[in-house]
Amino acid sequence: MTGTPGFATDSGATPGGGVQPAAERRSPLQRLPALLRWESLLLLILALLVVEGARISKFFLTGSNFSNLVSAEMEVAIVALPMTLIIITGEIDLSVESMIGLSGAILGWLWSVGVPLQVGIPVVLVVGALGGLLNGLLVARVGVPSLVVTLGTLALFRGLANVVLGPNAISNFPAGFTAFGFNNIPGTPVPWTLIVFAVLGLAFWLVAHGTWIGRQVFAVGKNKDAARYAGIRVGRLKTALFVVSGLIAAFAGVILTSRFSSARSDNGTGLTLVVVTIVLLGGVDINGGKGTVPGVIIAVFTLSVLQNALRLAGVSSEYQAVAVGLLLIGSVTAPYLARQTRLLADRARRGRPPPAGSIAPGEVVG
Amino acid sequence: MSAELAAGPAGRGVAARAASAVGRSRELTLTGVMVLLCLVVAFQAPDFLSLSNMSQVTTLAAIIAIAAVGEAMVIITKNVDLSVESTIGLVAFVVADVLRQKALPVPAAWLVGVGLGLALGMANGVIITLLRVPSLVATLGTLSIFRGLDFFVAGGHEVNLADLPAGYSDAATQAFFGVPLFVILAVVVVVAVALILRLTPFGRQLYAVGSNAEAATIIGIRSRLVIFGAFAGAGLLAGVAGVLWGIEFGTIYATSASGVALQIIAAVVVGGVTIAGGSGTVVGAALGALFLGLINNALLLLQMPQELLQVIYGAVILVAVSADAIIGQRERRLAAERALR
Repeated sequence: MTGTPGFATDSGATPGGGVQPAAERRSPLQRLPALLRWESLLLLILALLVVEGARISKFFLTGSNFSNLVSAEMEVAIVALPMTLIIITGEIDLSVESMIGLSGAILGWLWSVGVPLQVGIPVVLVVGALGGLLNGLLVARVGVPSLVVTLGTLALFRGLANVVLGPNAISNFPAGFTAFGFNNIPGTPVPWTLIVFAVLGLAFWLVAHGTWIGRQVFAVGKNKDAARYAGIRVGRLKTALFVVSGLIAAFAGVILTSRFSSARSDNGTGLTLVVVTIVLLGGVDINGGKGTVPGVIIAVFTLSVLQNALRLAGVSSEYQAVAVGLLLIGSVTAPYLARQTRLLADRARRGRPPPAGSIAPGEVVG
Repeated sequence: MSAELAAGPAGRGVAARAASAVGRSRELTLTGVMVLLCLVVAFQAPDFLSLSNMSQVTTLAAIIAIAAVGEAMVIITKNVDLSVESTIGLVAFVVADVLRQKALPVPAAWLVGVGLGLALGMANGVIITLLRVPSLVATLGTLSIFRGLDFFVAGGHEVNLADLPAGYSDAATQAFFGVPLFVILAVVVVVAVALILRLTPFGRQLYAVGSNAEAATIIGIRSRLVIFGAFAGAGLLAGVAGVLWGIEFGTIYATSASGVALQIIAAVVVGGVTIAGGSGTVVGAALGALFLGLINNALLLLQMPQELLQVIYGAVILVAVSADAIIGQRERRLAAERALR
């Protein structure tokens, strides 16, 4: 892999455009700045949000607000990790919010009929994996687009949650269980759930960017047919990713139940929007093939700080959802508009149209 | 199936004819299933086939069917509109709010509602075709943005039927020769759009763009404009559905019509419009809406738990699309076998 075509044509022309030559001299490290560009922008936004949050409220920079801010986001944060890989392969899983609800509902129901949590939690994790397997098989074996499969299971899983629990709420969980979703590590403002996210985040980072599994994920997303001819078992890979997604969504359901100290069949409604927003805000290309796990991890914190700042500013949850929706569209539009303006600038400078597809910001190769 | 195989060597037209037979049969199969469903349910609950019950079922289904026709146009172009439920909710609320404040006469308020739906659909179209955001992402975003506008307009309040002009909801129960007004309206919409899709260049372009956008562009179709048109049309029809929703229910909340998008998309998919684009009819989509409405009502009359409804929606979507995919695969295989011979 020797740089992107854009860089190649630039070095050929060498018109001496300001910063450009400096970037060329570092050509062996070209991939590093490309990797960091979108992520560093995100970090900058995060820093600005923190400054703005501190201006809005004195309470913002306290330890207890930190743990509030973080723990409110951990369910979607862990679900965003497998979603990242699924979107990189060019698929999507819209059913995660319903699996979060279903897993909580089953856990609550099992507890209410006297099944201990040590049994209940493994059971709901298995349910999550099976739900993911259903998604995966319908996508990979039957060949139905993942959009419509997971739209179907979005309804199916939520419906099953309603059947299991009805309008009831189960809330008499033992204190030790609810402490897991609610409490911090003693003596620190770090919630236990952040540790879970840290471990999973690190694991996904390593798998995505340092192993053959990750390379297969990117290869499938870039060109499915080429990946198949290269010997990658595309169907099996996708099925496995959906299983992991279902499993982790079920685990997120356990965390949410624990944090709310309550299992209800409508838990998690609307979270898919947040998860997909985090992933795309993290620089993952919705068309597949591009993206990084660290980008998504930064996006988790960017979004949680934004939502926290909005909460502190007294913005109601409905308007927070509007902000998330705008952010979702913006995070897809911004790179496109940036690319277009750069194309126009290029064209103006050279007086001729640049080669097609020459510039791709955030181009990352797994 | 075996007859198809036997007819194999007959010529190249077989695959095409088989495909169109399957396409036609989705409407027929669905009608058959509905007749069967009606017979079974009527046997258990005789009220099911009563005029008053059927009027109620078909009136509700008519609202969904009108929105489903718009959604079908979008899905035929290989896109999707998840924001349709927020459009319906926002339009219903704005119309009710305008009437509560007596700002406009009733017909003008309805026009405002339909126009608002068109504007929201065009907004989707701009985001998707001009800003190049994939429709799934764009409408997932506008799903919450339009709903946020709804909350903004509502400001924590609801509009009750008592706030509206006297007899406002009567139109929902009006009927001509036993056929509810809304059903007549839905039939008019379905027929009109079906004719547009069949007879006009725009209709043919919708299918061309959906089955192969690149090829469509090469032969001179302005794909983006066509997709914009589909979203604008879907918005317009969602606006009509929103106006009818307001008339039907009378009392409108900021959360009205939440979750209806699944029902609408399920209706479209069950009606044989494939999510992969380029095939299906709006008649199928409307029949799909009627089918789901009948199931909903049957659960109610058979005193089955209402919670099952969403399970059935999900299962129906999965079964319908899996059947489509399996039939498609078999056809491709048959075509390949024939090509080898």
